[in-house]
Amino acid sequence: MAAITLKDIVKRYGDGFLAVKGVSLDIADGEFVILVGPSGCGKSTLLRMIVGLEDITSGELRIGDVVVNDKAPRDRHLAMVFQNYALYPHLTVFENIAFPLRLTKGKFTDDEIREKVERAAATLELQDHLQRKPANLSGGQRQRVAMGRAIVRDANAFLFDEPLSNLDAKLRGQMRTEIARMQRRLGTTTVYVTHDQTEAMTLGDRVAVLRKGELQQVASPRGLYEQPVNLFVAGFIGSPPMNFLPGEIDGGTMHLPIADVTLSADLRTRIGSRRVVIVGLRPEHFADAALLEESKKASAVTFDADVDVTEWLGSDLYAYIPFETSHAVADKLEELDRDLDGEGMRTQLVVALDTESRVRDGDTATLAFDPTKMMVFDPETGENLTFDADTARAIDEQNEADRKASLARVHQRDEGRKAG
Amino acid sequence: MRTLSTRAKVAWAVITVVVMVWALLPVVSILATSFKLPSQLNLGTFWPKTWTTTNYEQIFTGSAKDLFLPALRNSIGISLIATAIAVVLATFAAYAIARLNFRGKKLILTTALGVSIFPVVSIVTPLFNLWRSIGLYDTWLGLIIPYLSLTLPISIWTLAAFFRQIPWELEQAAQVDGATPWQAFRKAIVPIAAPGVFTTALIAFFIAWNDFVYGISLTSTSAARPVPAALAFFTGASQFEEPTGAISAAAVVVTIPVVILVLLFQRQIVSGLTQGAVKG
Repeated sequence: MAAITLKDIVKRYGDGFLAVKGVSLDIADGEFVILVGPSGCGKSTLLRMIVGLEDITSGELRIGDVVVNDKAPRDRHLAMVFQNYALYPHLTVFENIAFPLRLTKGKFTDDEIREKVERAAATLELQDHLQRKPANLSGGQRQRVAMGRAIVRDANAFLFDEPLSNLDAKLRGQMRTEIARMQRRLGTTTVYVTHDQTEAMTLGDRVAVLRKGELQQVASPRGLYEQPVNLFVAGFIGSPPMNFLPGEIDGGTMHLPIADVTLSADLRTRIGSRRVVIVGLRPEHFADAALLEESKKASAVTFDADVDVTEWLGSDLYAYIPFETSHAVADKLEELDRDLDGEGMRTQLVVALDTESRVRDGDTATLAFDPTKMMVFDPETGENLTFDADTARAIDEQNEADRKASLARVHQRDEGRKAG
Repeated sequence: MRTLSTRAKVAWAVITVVVMVWALLPVVSILATSFKLPSQLNLGTFWPKTWTTTNYEQIFTGSAKDLFLPALRNSIGISLIATAIAVVLATFAAYAIARLNFRGKKLILTTALGVSIFPVVSIVTPLFNLWRSIGLYDTWLGLIIPYLSLTLPISIWTLAAFFRQIPWELEQAAQVDGATPWQAFRKAIVPIAAPGVFTTALIAFFIAWNDFVYGISLTSTSAARPVPAALAFFTGASQFEEPTGAISAAAVVVTIPVVILVLLFQRQIVSGLTQGAVKG
């Protein structure tokens, strides 16, 4: 087990394409870090540089205290789970898992290998399949064999390259929990690449958001959600995604396409002399005014909206409200949409309402939102003007403390189980 | 799979029998002829009246010995060497074609295809003249080279198609698992590539083994003459006797290795030929 330190890592491919533009990241021992971003953001390249399958153009990569830039993959002692599992089709499940052990010639006896493989198989509930060939296994089983191959040896760290993207939705959920459980128990440093933000949010102690080879923000999932540093992170994290509205400043008021908002003194200083800003509001920050508690009603901004479509999902009710955006920010929002692998669809507001709400397709509904939840972005740089560094740090510290506590609990429970 | 109705079963059985008879009758006929006495060849019966091994004695120990045994040695030697060279070269070529991007890749494949469909008969006369003037006529090498032109193109095509299907990511997985590049190749790639290479080798061997045109045109003595060509030089015990029995016996002898190889490696051949179609 070891910490992984990346310092100004750059990757330039032979054809001159700059895939990773100077990424620095400290991954603590035992930490679960997610690299996330839309396709082509350089996350997989970064992972392959860590494991040694891609050369590092410049920068420094340390595993533990050793600089490993020029070391072969085998000398880095990392275990990797590939997107398509990369199982050896001519070997049985047992031999697949035993493969890394067999390569360490003479280090383990046959009995030791059998014991280790069986323990790994028991962890992953593969005992019944040890003598089968990978071709006869289901997707989830193959996935587990690939994980077995990773956990069977004492690797410095686990690296996952979109391990769940080939599984169907239900299995993906199960395997996600399985990976989280395994990592908590083994306490091994883990780097996990994904483009799926649900995986990023649920699995990671910290999440690193990448865009076009550049690191945008590294923070706890909650930190990213509540205090994104810029428009990109705000738009990428969250499902359904954050709504972006053009906001025109007129003295102490801001005109949104849906309503006018009176600016607080703090917000006014943060906005400064800007005439136009982009306002971000998450779907759940809206509510049906009819169901709003009296105490909240006073501070909320209420507005009437024509609801185009509603989607009732049992636990949520999403309502879609089309609006006209101003050209001042249209280009910026379009660019953002492209960066996020979007389709450049119509501009619409997504609001998540209480399922008790009676708002339906075609209604004119009275909705409300809390103006203090608004995030305000600079339309040029995309910088989050409402970002609060102190709050962000507090969230991350809280998160770190929670993680340590839960790790300690797991260890205590394991100790207890061993003693009992 | 759905079960077949009785009518379909019967129809399939009939078709199978017809095809089998059509394919195997000549083989059985030759086998029967090879056990006939020279004097009874023209009786018009399918099976020999008296079973005899005279013909086999003739080709192994009798008068045809000096013609057949050297030819058998030549056939085995030349075919094996041609196969070995073809497979080694084709493996390298196919590996490069499947994994690397280089200029002229398409050209190589097209040329290989062109060579393989070029009619043998049209090259054989110029080759005969060329071989005579440079001293390759009637030598093993003089046959191995044209055999390579037959076996290499098909080997390159088969292997390139096969190599394209190999999940090369396994090599990287093995390296991460702690293997050296050589170990990764040997333990992860070779076992998967082996059936394909093996199938290709068998196909190449059969092509060389079965050749007649080059064998008869580019040789003149038992120094290099392969079996298919040697059969044409069999003569009867006297000029009034036909050598049909001996020829049949020799034909049976040269068919046996092919049959044995196919039976032994049936599974590998089938999996080698179909692997490309089935993704793991």
